[in-house]
Order: sequence, then C-alpha cells, then structure tokens
Amino acid sequence: MRSPTTLTPSPAEVGAVPGSGLAISLRGVSKHFGETVAVRDLDLDIARGELFSMLGPSGSGKTTMLRLIAGFERPTSGRILLGGTDVTHKAPFDRDVNTVFQDYALFPHMSVADNVGYGLSVRRVPRVERRRLVREALERVRLEQFTARLPSQLSGGQRQRVALARALVLRPTVLLLDEPLGALDRKLREQMQIELKEIQRAVGITFVLVTHDQDEALTMSDRVAVFHEGQIEQVGPPAEVYERPATSFVAGFLGAANIIEADQAADLFGRPELLSIRPEKLRVVQERDVVDAIAVSGVVAEVVYSGPATTYIVEVRPGLTLMATRPSAEGAAHVSAPQRGDVVQVTCAAADLYPIPSNTP
Amino acid sequence: MHDMRRPTAHRLSTALHARPRLRLYGLLSLPLLWMFGVYLVSLAMLLVTAFWTTDPFTSKVIPGFTTRNFENILTTSSYLNTAGRTVGIAFLVTLLCAVFALPLGIFMAKVASARWRNFLAMAITLPLWAGYLVKVFAMRISFGENGPVNWLLDPFGLSGPGYGLPAVVLTLTYLWFPFMALPVYTAIRQIPPNLFDAASDLGAGTWRVIRTVVLPLLMPAMIAGSVFTFSLSMGDFIGTQFVGAKVQMLGTVINQNVNLNPPLAAALSVIPIVAVGLYLFAVRRTGALKEL
Repeated sequence: MRSPTTLTPSPAEVGAVPGSGLAISLRGVSKHFGETVAVRDLDLDIARGELFSMLGPSGSGKTTMLRLIAGFERPTSGRILLGGTDVTHKAPFDRDVNTVFQDYALFPHMSVADNVGYGLSVRRVPRVERRRLVREALERVRLEQFTARLPSQLSGGQRQRVALARALVLRPTVLLLDEPLGALDRKLREQMQIELKEIQRAVGITFVLVTHDQDEALTMSDRVAVFHEGQIEQVGPPAEVYERPATSFVAGFLGAANIIEADQAADLFGRPELLSIRPEKLRVVQERDVVDAIAVSGVVAEVVYSGPATTYIVEVRPGLTLMATRPSAEGAAHVSAPQRGDVVQVTCAAADLYPIPSNTP
Repeated sequence: MHDMRRPTAHRLSTALHARPRLRLYGLLSLPLLWMFGVYLVSLAMLLVTAFWTTDPFTSKVIPGFTTRNFENILTTSSYLNTAGRTVGIAFLVTLLCAVFALPLGIFMAKVASARWRNFLAMAITLPLWAGYLVKVFAMRISFGENGPVNWLLDPFGLSGPGYGLPAVVLTLTYLWFPFMALPVYTAIRQIPPNLFDAASDLGAGTWRVIRTVVLPLLMPAMIAGSVFTFSLSMGDFIGTQFVGAKVQMLGTVINQNVNLNPPLAAALSVIPIVAVGLYLFAVRRTGALKEL
C-alpha cells in the first residue's frame, strides 16, 4: 500500500516493479458498449512522472480509456497494468489512481477541507495528520483561506483547484484529469495550464490528461496520443505530432493544415503524394521573389483577420483553396497587404511540404 | 379613441398590465380566501371549542372558558399513554418507511433498467390511486385469521401478528410509504452520478459512499417525506380501527368523543397539532425545509 504522507513511492511499491519506469501499461485493451466499439485493441505505455495527454474529438474513446484506467469501466478484453501490477479486475478504490473529474464532482454538502480530506479519512489517517496534509494540499493550489467554504460558494476555477487538491493529497501513482480546464474561461484556462504543469513538476506524479483542446495538449504535455475512432493514430512529443503527423487525421486535428491529395499535389507541386502543409509555413506575396523554391499562383478568396494573425484563403485551382496565415503586424493593416480578389503567389520552402506517411495507422 | 374599439378582454388585459398590484390580488384572492376562510377559521373554531364544556346528561355543548378539558387529559394516564403510543407509532412508521425507501430508491435510480424503473415507480404510486378504505380493508383481510399473511407463514410454522399494534404499524407504513419513497427516489436520481465515481475513486467502498455521500444528500428528501408519514400517522384512526383490535390511538379516542363530548375531542386534537408542530420545528432547525 502507498503511504499518503510521503512524496516518494514506498519501498513496497518500487519493489512491485523492479527496474520498470512504467506507470501505466495497456495491453490489447478493447471496450465495447453493445454494438459500439469505444476503444479498439489498444496498446500504450506511459512512463512515471510523465505528463501525458490523450487528445481527440468527442467520441474518439479518450474518456472511455480514462475511465478504464480509473476502474469505472471494465475492459471487454485486454489488460491494464499500473506500476507493473495487473489491476484489470480491481475496483476503483483498490487502484493507486485518482481522478479530477470534468465537472469536478465535489461533494456539495462538505466544506472544502472535508472534500480534500475525504480520501485521507477513508484511509484512516489520524485527524492531526489529516489536517496538516489538507492544509498543505490547499496551500499548493493557493486555496488555504477557503477551507470552511462549501463548493457552491466557490468560483469555477477555485472548484477546479479543490478537485485537484482532493486527488493530489493522496499522492497517487497516477493522476487522471478529465477535461480539467474545459469549464473555465479562456484566460483562466491558459493560466491554469501553466499552473498545472508546475504542480505536476513539483509533485512528480504521472498526469494523464484527457482533452479535446489541441492547444492544451501541445502546451502542457510531454507526450500526446491522438485518438480517433477508438484507436491511437499517433503518440509522441507535441512537436513531433504537430510537425510530422502520421496521418491526415492527425494533421487536420492538431491545428490547421492544408491537406493535399496525391493527384492535386502532383498537379501543384509535381509531387504525387499526400501532402500536409501548415498555414503558417505558406507565404502570400504579390509577386514571386527568390526566397522560396515552391510557388503557386491563385486568387485571394477571403481575408480573415483574427487579432494576432491574418489568414488568407487563396483559390489556386477551381474548387481547391490553400490557407496561409501570417502575423497581423505585417498583415491586414499593411498597405501592401493582399486584398480579396488579388492575384497572388503562394510560396513555401520545399522542405515545408510534409508527406503524410500513410492514411491508415 | 383607438382602444375603445378593442374587445373587452383586451381592455381588461391592458388595465391589468398597467396595475401590477391589482394583478397580484387577482392571483391570490382565491387561495387566500381558502386559507383564511376555510382552513384557519376552522382551526381557530377547534381551538375555541377545546375550552368549552359539555352537559354530561344532555351532551349539549356549553360555550364558555375552562381549561378543564386539558386538565382532564393531562391527569388521565390512559390519555397520556395513548398520546405517547401515537407518537411512538408515528416515529416507527416514519423509520420503517425510510428504511424501505432507501434501498428501493437506490435500486431504482442506480441499478434498475429504464423499464424496471418505470414499473417500480408505477407500483409505488398505484396504491395512491386506490381509495383509502379499500387499502385498509385489504390490510384487514391480509392480517385476518385465515388471511394471506398467515397462509404464507404457515409452511414455516409461523403465524402473522394478527390484529394489534404490529398490524397497525405495518398498515400505516404501507399506506404512507409512497410519500417517503417518491421524494427519496427523486433525490437519489438528482445526485450527480460522478459523485459516486468520485467517492469510489478516493477509496470509499459501497457502505461508506452511502453513509458519507448518499445519506447526507438525501436528508432533505427524507425529512420532507417524514413530515408526511409522521403527521398522517398522528392523525389516523380508521386504519387502527380496522387492524388494531384494542389498540387506541389519538385518532380513535377523538373519534369516540366527537359526538359524546366535542370539547374534549377538540382538546385531544390539540395534541397531534402540537406534536406535528414540534416535529416541524425540530426539522426546521436542520435546515431541511428550505429545500422543499
């Protein structure tokens, strides 16, 4: 058993996984709900201390995967290992995993302190010790003045932090976070992204984050798994997943991408392969200069100004458009900026045209 | 004027729209008339009657002011015993209703399929549609010498409680159960499902989840239900007469005196009113009534 009072894993815990740095291993995990397959034959390893994101659209199986790891659902087949121990058939309360729920799931009839102390009192931690740990956990999330409040008396961001403290205070091997920032407004979300990462670094616990927000996944994670239709299309560090997407789904889901089919790519660039190019790698110029090797001419169909950046949608063939983004400082407000209807050149370096390896994972 | 050509209903609406106070009186006049005219006045009449007397020979009610009826009740041990018994029965019935309603509610809200859930919800409410006498009479048959209760228990060498106190408690529990079961079931359905996940995730087993999460969140519903089961039990007399054999409750004693000695009956009626009042006061202090 783990001891909730120490930061480092107990010797027994380490002994259970000799030489293994894995917090979670999934082996051939599938989950069916009647006819629907939520998770399909999935293998995945997550290292200790990692901040791992499961990214995907709704219905892609990422939340089901989280619920399988937490133990709220039983897999139809396959095995789930936590710290080297098979927990496939263990109840949630017997797993060294805690969860921060999407809508926080705070107990409405308990004060902040009682919410955070709940797991400790279940484990029969003595009162004095419990009070100390609760205070520590609340200090970590900067809520120490709110111990006596009820959840209904807190703002969304404060509730989110109570939920985090309640899970962290138990020092689990793995902390699961289900869309933890989804209910917060944008500014608070960006602030919490940084804060969560700092907390994760400080406590050294493996965080598994479920999100549909690609910015969140890219900003926070050590590694990202992109889920699509119950399967993982790609796993890797954010830069790798973003820069070298394994499939066109990954390319399209992580940020905007121009995905060009092989026949069109042959026509435009003389390269008969499935290509992806990020809008920020494309330049829109009035007249071709010598900087870029590749250029296609077209007509500006739309100019979309969105604050820091301006996006140009350029029709390069009838019915085929390319998206190009550039910083607004040199964009819309600028005198020489291309206008709707202008004939322009869309240019980029040859290396920026990224061939997508295959369309099936 | 343009307005004059409009239909009367429209002109009335316009007039009401301009006078919010008139609108409010219009809305409240009927319920207020009912509350004051029928409800409170009759209650006041009852209280006034409690201080009157009866001519012992002619049974004629004589208006006046005497506390003799109350003194009579407070010094007669059989009245006090009956009052105590009635409160005890009301508490027991309330407790039994709660004990049955909790697991049934959890099963309906958390385990049962939609079909089962609807079936059970109907099964709970259906008895409310049947007449009170029909149900009481059914219970009388059930507990009778050759009734189904004895018939079912006979193969095990047992026999039912027969008519008497246990039959009264069981009958009242049966009668008022829907008033407890429905609010409890509704309240369990309203507990967000992920609270169960969260408690389990933090290490709590089933019993602890029920004790620390479900029960506290159900308290308002249980108290709301208990107000019904308690006050309805306090006032019952027909059920007691049907299955109680010689058991006396306040209701039966009041019923016996309604014609013989109305002032005494009125004074006796004050006991359940006070008991329910005290109960509501105690309940109010828990803060549960705010959620009604």
